[in-house]
Amino acid sequence: MKQSTMVWIILTVIAGAYLTTRVVQYHAGAVYVAPKVMTDEESGRSVTTWSQVPDLEKDSPGVEFSFVRTLGIWVSAFFTLAVFSFLVGDNVIYKIAESIFVGASAAYAMVVGFWAAFMGIFVGRLAPQFSRNTFMPSLEPDVSPNWLMLLPLAMGIMFLWRLMPAGGWISRWPLAFFIAVFAGLRLVSHFEADFVVQIRSTLLPLIVFAADGSFNLKASLWNSTMVFGTLACLTYFFFSVEHTGVAGHISRVGIYLLMITFGVGFALTVMSRYSLLIGRMNFLLKEWLHFGGTV
Amino acid sequence: MKRLVPIVIASIVGFVLILAKFIPPIQSWEENVVLWFDILAVFAFVLGGGNLILNHLKKISDRQAGWGFSVITLVAFLGTLTVGLLKIGVPPNEKYLDYVWSGDYQAEGSAFWWVFSYVYVPLASTMFATLAFYISSAAFRAFRANNIEASLLLMTALLVLVAQTSSGPMLTDFIPDDSSYAIFKVENIKGMLVNLFNTLGTRAIMIGIALGVVSTSLKVLLGVDQSYLGGD
Amino acid sequence: MNTIWHKLADLDRRWLFALTFLAIGIPLLTGVVLPQKVSPMVVNVFDAIDTLPEGSSILMPLDFDPSAEGELQPMANAFVRHCAEKKHKIYFMTIWPQGVGMIQRQIALLKKEYPDYQYGKDYVNLGYRPGYEGVIKLITSDLPKLYDSDQQGTPVSQIPMMQGIDNIQQLPLIVNVSSGDPGLKQWVQYAATPYDSIEIVGGTTGVQASTLYPYIPNQMIGMLAGIKPAAEYEKVMFEKYPEIEERPESNLAHIFMTSQEVAHFMLIAIIILGNLVMWKTSGQGGRS
Repeated sequence: MKQSTMVWIILTVIAGAYLTTRVVQYHAGAVYVAPKVMTDEESGRSVTTWSQVPDLEKDSPGVEFSFVRTLGIWVSAFFTLAVFSFLVGDNVIYKIAESIFVGASAAYAMVVGFWAAFMGIFVGRLAPQFSRNTFMPSLEPDVSPNWLMLLPLAMGIMFLWRLMPAGGWISRWPLAFFIAVFAGLRLVSHFEADFVVQIRSTLLPLIVFAADGSFNLKASLWNSTMVFGTLACLTYFFFSVEHTGVAGHISRVGIYLLMITFGVGFALTVMSRYSLLIGRMNFLLKEWLHFGGTV
Repeated sequence: MKRLVPIVIASIVGFVLILAKFIPPIQSWEENVVLWFDILAVFAFVLGGGNLILNHLKKISDRQAGWGFSVITLVAFLGTLTVGLLKIGVPPNEKYLDYVWSGDYQAEGSAFWWVFSYVYVPLASTMFATLAFYISSAAFRAFRANNIEASLLLMTALLVLVAQTSSGPMLTDFIPDDSSYAIFKVENIKGMLVNLFNTLGTRAIMIGIALGVVSTSLKVLLGVDQSYLGGD
Repeated sequence: MNTIWHKLADLDRRWLFALTFLAIGIPLLTGVVLPQKVSPMVVNVFDAIDTLPEGSSILMPLDFDPSAEGELQPMANAFVRHCAEKKHKIYFMTIWPQGVGMIQRQIALLKKEYPDYQYGKDYVNLGYRPGYEGVIKLITSDLPKLYDSDQQGTPVSQIPMMQGIDNIQQLPLIVNVSSGDPGLKQWVQYAATPYDSIEIVGGTTGVQASTLYPYIPNQMIGMLAGIKPAAEYEKVMFEKYPEIEERPESNLAHIFMTSQEVAHFMLIAIIILGNLVMWKTSGQGGRS
């Protein structure tokens, strides 16, 4: 047996033994639920739903241990560790987790789109009577079909024609519509919010006086840096003039200022990435292994 | 026909959206166009799902390397899709208990909710969480002060990193807030770096991108750029 | 030559992974919570919600997915708790499919901590609509055109707090939590910039934050950029509403900040060490 295999076997046994003690002593991963019974007074039909309760309430009346949700916590822990296993090296467990992620995430978006948009908007507006009798019972009975919805439905079907072996060009019509809306919306929004208003926000007084008429050095320096700094950075991006002489010096300052910008971006990115890891570690240590109690 | 009609559609739709900004009476046209766009967006998901199925089925039928993982992807895809579309385990709306399809598709306790909470959430969040490890590794290997630009970037990053802790600002707590040296307090240095230097640099980039978006959009709407139509 | 510096230059990156793992894991186990110094930006965001009259309507789009929950969940919790303390009406919505699950968590928080908050009267879940920024564009002028029903399929005409709401210009504040595009940037571009009546504050990831500062203060009141401002927000909130602090995990951002603190100093040490290694081994065949 290879030495590394031996090490992994020993580590797995130790981890298994440790997990067993966490389960026995601290009920690691255990989830408790409380029932809520809903009854329809007319038909007498009742339905029970279950909501998760804090561990502290596990001995309260009606509260039960939930096998399905406890299993869920263990499945979550498995997938978390499976993805982390990539840090040691590429392996089959990671690849399985990755494959499940790809499949589940695509299906998740489709399901949400189906119920929120296809059924909720299309079917709800095109066939209100059917919707009322099935998935939208609260829909008013006097709603009439909105036939205008047939237009986006037709475009949608043309859009999906792309998946057919022949006639894929049909999907170009709705695609053109799609691209045009993006282009039209973004042209206006970027021009207004990211160009006009940004220039307006940079038009600042270079010499600032306080309310009592005294010279405000700090605000003056701040504004001057903002105005000339922005211009220096823009000069760096302005390629119609050769970056030599005065333009070269200004663009050089622009590069330095941009480096400070990227430094800020890097630091904030670091903070961001560590936060995500902290979130996962918090799950493993607290929700799964119940360190420091649970809520 | 194959190219002219899409170009005409793109021009008309795009200019309706632009003109609606300036001519209020055609705002209702704009609203309808955007509504259809919003609805059409859901078909993008279907298209994505369809492509995923086709690609992985091809991989499986060709017995390409790693085809077994394609089987797992398809099983996860179809499993999630089935429990979500069929609302498995979804209780009916509490006001309409006789309507079995009336419940929220992601109601707590349903199969789809389970998949989201216990499969999707850990996988998605851990995939991104692993980036933290690579940041540590890259910081050791690549974050080097070998010239003025890199040194500026590095010093700024270090200052902001210190300021983004609880103890960082305490390092300069001895400087009174109302003193003329208050600008050297860690939190004030960070404030200046983020709110002034970062803002001006980002603003310049933003203005450049805005001009790029405007010109790219105009090219599409005027039919100059037809790359989105593909070949043929 | 095989000095300690050369050994460090060839250090297996898995040692750095292990160090990162410990730097984050151990502080979480200690349960130590560090004090936070509140920055003016956080106070501005807090005041935007707090100075509104009790019972004001707040649009709260949660445009993020589980991949950012470690960073954004604490601030989303804080925003919801703050709005509930002020008895504001909360209109949840999302333009991210995965945001549906994120809204669900906030509703679970409301049900647990504010059992008197009633659905339809104090908060509503409008759910997800596809269309990226097109959704924002449309609801600025006509909300019911796209949102004619809530997440449960109940027509908005039957929801008390939706009565008289024709578009989001009527809501005094948008509190957006987002982790990318479409998100806070698009809310500024399509809602806050064209309409003077729309005010916005946001919470976002550190990655996205640096690109959004130019919008402050003319197009956006302020934002929480990552976990540190979220912890500061908790602090301001605890000072004004001390009863929140008693609740379990109400100081989640504070708890996370302890690990964040250690991780930041670890990274600073790693960067300095990396540069020392480069300096000591440059020109001597070392990896630089």
